[in-house]
Amino acid sequence: MAGGIVKVYGSAVSPYVATVLVCLEEAGAAYELIPVDMAARENKAPHHLARNPFGKIPAFQDGELMLFESRAISRHVLRKYKSGGGGGDLLREGDPEAAAMVDVWLEVEAHQYEPAIVEIVRHCVILPMIGAGGARDQRVVDESAGKLRAVLAAYEARLREHEYLAGGDAGVSLADLAHFGFTHYLMATEYAALVEERPAVSAWWRRIAARPAARKVAALMSWPPPPN
Amino acid sequence: MAMKVYGPAMSTNVARVLVCLEEVGAEYEVVPVDMTTGEHKSPAHDARNPFGQVPAFQDGDLILYESRAISKYILRKGGSDLLRESNLAESAMVDVWLEVESGHFSSTMSPIIFQCLVVPFLGGETDTKIVQENLEKLKTALGVYEARLSRFKYLAGDFVSLADISHFPAAYYLLGGSHASVLDAYPHVKAWLAEVMDRPSVRKVVELMKLPSA
Repeated sequence: MAGGIVKVYGSAVSPYVATVLVCLEEAGAAYELIPVDMAARENKAPHHLARNPFGKIPAFQDGELMLFESRAISRHVLRKYKSGGGGGDLLREGDPEAAAMVDVWLEVEAHQYEPAIVEIVRHCVILPMIGAGGARDQRVVDESAGKLRAVLAAYEARLREHEYLAGGDAGVSLADLAHFGFTHYLMATEYAALVEERPAVSAWWRRIAARPAARKVAALMSWPPPPN
Repeated sequence: MAMKVYGPAMSTNVARVLVCLEEVGAEYEVVPVDMTTGEHKSPAHDARNPFGQVPAFQDGDLILYESRAISKYILRKGGSDLLRESNLAESAMVDVWLEVESGHFSSTMSPIIFQCLVVPFLGGETDTKIVQENLEKLKTALGVYEARLSRFKYLAGDFVSLADISHFPAAYYLLGGSHASVLDAYPHVKAWLAEVMDRPSVRKVVELMKLPSA
């Protein structure tokens, strides 16, 4: 695993792939984005299962190291590039208490935020985008919106006290960036109101979305993908 | 001052934290939170965990929640090598399989445990459809684990890590429940779990999980 360009397998349309790409962009790392044809079920083909045994995206290759799970890949990217590029402070790994707060809010994203937002994004954005829409299941979306409203109350309280989720004065961390993919999509729906009704969450989202790395990846998150 | 863990030891997420404390030999206190009376939603607990869940954790002025975040903090502070953070490739593999534990193993076991243990305890009836759906998802995951553990001694490689130990709370309930036989088709998984359950730290916490006050 020396120099050499890392590979991300999957489409930037996936919020999970988008998280990894934002980290690579923040780290200033060179990478190759290699498509996986989900419509043709390439994700279930042996060559992809060799990279991600659950047949999902993203998968990631860094020399001989093959990784999957977007949060694990993101951590690796930020650790690897910390001495060279911008990756270092995004994990706070030199400071146990600060690192713990990054970990806490990464877990919150995984266990509280994502379960509350995923169905809204799936029904209102992803399925229509890839042409697999059909009628939206409004009951499922409403249930999700209710959960997200409740979760965002805790985020509002946190972000009223701290500019970024992990707190401290050290600025943005992976905990914030991990919210990018799903929130980017939410803000394109009528459910953006759930964020807009929370002043501190709104302001936090605008700061994240304004980052050059976020803007770059947002431009990639369209279907069909923009030509290279 | 001893570190404090708020929540019942029988909770899988509390147990995960306790085993890490045992692994590093830390001094700690388990502070009960009576979930049957809604104490986890009280203002006092909300100040420790704004999502109203257990565990919460305190070390001096530092308050944490989310069991895997707490676990990492404890292991790092205690100088444990269960995270392999001095090695880029190894620590990445630990992270991968910890995500798998969270997203594929514990997430499918959680509704099974809830339906088979908690619901009857509360006087309700197990929803067998939910149990069956999640058992199927579990089997899919176990197939992946079997392939992995046929190649490597432990999940992250040939070294034990938090990724392995993090499975123990859900595994404890699986092994002790009526669906333990699902493991019979996955011999490497079964052997690996037996080894995890045999760790002194795990045995100690299992005893805590069995206590009625827990």
